[in-house]
Amino acid sequence: MNGVHDLGGTDGLGPVVVEENEPVWHAEWEKAAFALFATNFRAGLFNVDMFRSGIEQMHPAHYLLSPYYEHWVHTAEHYAVKAGVIDPTELEEKTKYYLEHPDEPLPERTDPDLLAFVDAAVKGGAPARRESDAAPAFQVGDRVTVTLDSPREHTRKARYTRGKTGVVEQTHGTFIYPDSAGNGRGDDPKHVYTVKFTNDELWGADNAEPNGVVYFDVWEPYLVPAQVPAEGAAR
Amino acid sequence: MTRSEITPSPAVTVPRSEAEIAARMKALEALMIEKGIMTTEAVDRLADIYENEVGPQLGAAVVAKAWTDPEFKARLLANATEACAEMGIGGLQGEDMVAVENTDTVHNVIVCTLCSCYPWPVLGLPPNWYKQPAYRSRIVREPRTMLREEFGHDVPDSMEVRVWDSSAELRYMVLPQRPANTEGKSAAELAELVTRDAMIGVAPVRA
Repeated sequence: MNGVHDLGGTDGLGPVVVEENEPVWHAEWEKAAFALFATNFRAGLFNVDMFRSGIEQMHPAHYLLSPYYEHWVHTAEHYAVKAGVIDPTELEEKTKYYLEHPDEPLPERTDPDLLAFVDAAVKGGAPARRESDAAPAFQVGDRVTVTLDSPREHTRKARYTRGKTGVVEQTHGTFIYPDSAGNGRGDDPKHVYTVKFTNDELWGADNAEPNGVVYFDVWEPYLVPAQVPAEGAAR
Repeated sequence: MTRSEITPSPAVTVPRSEAEIAARMKALEALMIEKGIMTTEAVDRLADIYENEVGPQLGAAVVAKAWTDPEFKARLLANATEACAEMGIGGLQGEDMVAVENTDTVHNVIVCTLCSCYPWPVLGLPPNWYKQPAYRSRIVREPRTMLREEFGHDVPDSMEVRVWDSSAELRYMVLPQRPANTEGKSAAELAELVTRDAMIGVAPVRA
């Protein structure tokens, strides 16, 4: 999806605001928003790629201006409503209630299994590597070009890399393919490569900083063999 | 997914106030608790882990060990996930970690232009600026200028700047250069010098 989240190379988004001695949590609601990821994943409401896709479906203006963890609230709400786990009308009513009564307590419930899951997930992770019999199409040193097409669904093929040619620097084996899993389909594992692009290639010689490169990780279906040989190329 | 489902919701186009977001989250949490999906104790546990247990002090210990143990450094650069596991460090959002080394001729910096990917087991949760559009948009386009203007870190033109955009499930951390005049320091003392920003690549380590 050609969304506003795909920010690489966008100009004019202002200065970086660095907060000195920034706390991990800026507000209590951020803690609950953070916990949505692990708990709702456990409940089967989304995988990590769907989680990202849900964030990308925020209104662009809202995406750019909202505090970060509100993105997480948005995507969790998106999938919980979609699955029929929560009723949007009830959510609106409860929101109004807590806005008027911010100190009213939450319902009480304990769940030792959920606590054990949280600890196990933090320590053990949720690996995205998946076995595949497919041989890699590319090797280290190959010159590759990112395809130009613009998927309408979730993808990790950033716009600033499309149509650009680079060199495979590392091969990583096979991982869950976000263009499948992020759109509610299967894992469909694909090979992942780290591809090195020169600044000149990405931004044009007149606009590129000297002596720099960008490494971008790509899934194999985003790539085709480069047509233009390195030697004698204009750039 | 159909095309209509990826049309952004028109429901919210004006930023909510902090009070409105807090109420929305509390309403969502209340419903999730009622449905058996969340508990307040799970929220508190996760918040505590990333506030008090998993943070940049772990990455700093990894860096200090690499500075003082050449064999460990070689293993870290070959396979950061396995090397960190030797120190009991690893887990969520660090299932496949990569360490990239700063040298006299190369300066590395990490970003996630598409979302907010970050190596949680070694750096903890990212600071807000790392996740905000200003950093994510510009660091791939003019990193050298941005490091100088926004972070006060001057990288000479003679050094190559390498930007690592964490677009897949690999998670990158920078192995900064050990500062001069620290020969007598222990690994524990060196770890005290290593900052989160140095491991993102927007600052040097200072003695």
